[in-house]
Amino acid sequence: MALLKRLARRDLAIIPFTLDGVPREGRAGDTILTAALTLTEQLRHSEFSGGPRAGFCQMGACQDCWVVTADGRRLRACTTLLVPGMDLRTRPEGQS
Amino acid sequence: MSKKLRPLIVGAGPAGIRAAEVLANAGIRPLVVDEAPLGGGQIYRQRFVPDERTPRDLYGSEASKATALHQTFAALADCIDYRPQALVWNIGPTVADIAVDGRSRRADFTHLVLATGATDRVLPFDGWTIPGVFTLGGAQVALKSQGCAIGDSVVFMGTGPLLYLVAWQYLKAGAQVAAVLDTAPFAAKLNLLLGLPSQPGVVLRGIRYAAELVARGIPVHYGVAPIRVEGGARVTGIAWREAGKESRLACDAVGFGLGLRSETQLADLAGCHFIFDERDRAWRPERDAAGRTSVPGVYAAGDGAGVAGADAAELAGERTGWAILQDANLPVDTMRIRLLEKKLGAIDRFRSILERAFPFPTAWAAGLPDDVVLCRCEEIAVADARLAARQQSVVEINRLKALTRIGMGRCQGRMCGTAAAEVLASSCGRSLEAVGRLRSQAPIKPLPLDLTGEEDAA
Ligand code: FES
Repeated sequence: MALLKRLARRDLAIIPFTLDGVPREGRAGDTILTAALTLTEQLRHSEFSGGPRAGFCQMGACQDCWVVTADGRRLRACTTLLVPGMDLRTRPEGQS
Repeated sequence: MSKKLRPLIVGAGPAGIRAAEVLANAGIRPLVVDEAPLGGGQIYRQRFVPDERTPRDLYGSEASKATALHQTFAALADCIDYRPQALVWNIGPTVADIAVDGRSRRADFTHLVLATGATDRVLPFDGWTIPGVFTLGGAQVALKSQGCAIGDSVVFMGTGPLLYLVAWQYLKAGAQVAAVLDTAPFAAKLNLLLGLPSQPGVVLRGIRYAAELVARGIPVHYGVAPIRVEGGARVTGIAWREAGKESRLACDAVGFGLGLRSETQLADLAGCHFIFDERDRAWRPERDAAGRTSVPGVYAAGDGAGVAGADAAELAGERTGWAILQDANLPVDTMRIRLLEKKLGAIDRFRSILERAFPFPTAWAAGLPDDVVLCRCEEIAVADARLAARQQSVVEINRLKALTRIGMGRCQGRMCGTAAAEVLASSCGRSLEAVGRLRSQAPIKPLPLDLTGEEDAA
């Protein structure tokens, strides 16, 4: 299930990307946070409790939204624009 | 003379843009560094890609101000050096370290304008890390910049003008607002009537937002204290206490905030003297009416210098632009300066009224259950702060940080700093002012690990 709900911008150009191994679509102008959370419920899991996290401030202050790419880079989801072909992982491999 | 001036403006929101405009008009070419891809700041944040919505849809009653600010900034393009998506991560006496495009560059400056803005002021509650809980500002960014609601059924909680504004914006955009939970009592709102003579537009607009929410059948509760946000993988509901009674409501998202807090890290690194602002219950850089801080050549304007809102930010930003010209013995428009200071004084007086209408919940921190997470970054509990105060006699916030790591995580205290100070003060029996303020450290935000250094000017 998705966390965020699109109310506008539904007709903008499609940006294809991969989320947890599955081909997905975002919209032009989406941040990674928006692209991911309109499709799933979390961006990462806490390295302390393992609890799911999905960002908090959406303006680059809380650092709660760092997301991992398939090649191991870490990106701040709320301030990084979605780029075609991005391969994002919101949970450890093997978990669905 | 003016050719030698090289002002650095940090932040391209209302304050930074107006400061840049004054300088550019005087033939001075400032360097403007901003974290966002586009100018405007948070409240006048621009979309990355145009969409079907009009400025009126996005900015409501402030549409003309937003459009004017964006146009001003666009027109400055040839007269300023502008670095978007760039972070000033450290400040020395006349040099700034700027992370841009995966490189760190150094820029020399003669004058520094800190227009760093603000983020939501928050306190913790049980369940505040569950996906679906966002700040009020975050909920607004989702809607304006991204065209998304933070959920299908949203509760807005906290206090401050933003509480009603964001709830109303969600309503207008077609989102389902489940309830508005104001932590301040209804009686406090009567203070707003005191602001009618000086700021009738602002007051009446606020009343209209609340009235429209009520007219659309949205429950608005006052004097609310949160018990918990329920859920595991995501938010499923919220429970709160009101007049001694417990209530609960199903929802799948919560927007939360208690006013704003200034981004003051760079002022701290620049060596500015800070004062404790009783009204805001927060420390801010000391400054004169023109925005001069205690450090010669360093100016502060807008919400980053003390929360006052977007209108004040435009005025204060412009005022610092004039201050730089004055301090360089360049011609200025004294009539204009007098008008700016007069308007800023009126807004400041109105701010006191707003604080009384939307008072900060001063008893919240003392009443927090021990097991609530205080630090989101490293999941340190309220109990740890209390224990440090009781068993190790900690009475100062940086000592608390050293012992518990609260404020040391990735957000550097942006999300937990208010709570840490409030909890510590209530535990050790000192005043908020006496427990002090968190010292800032460079880099002020996490940098990309592969950042490479480069010495040339940005
Ligand atoms: S959501 Fe806070 S930094 Fe991204």
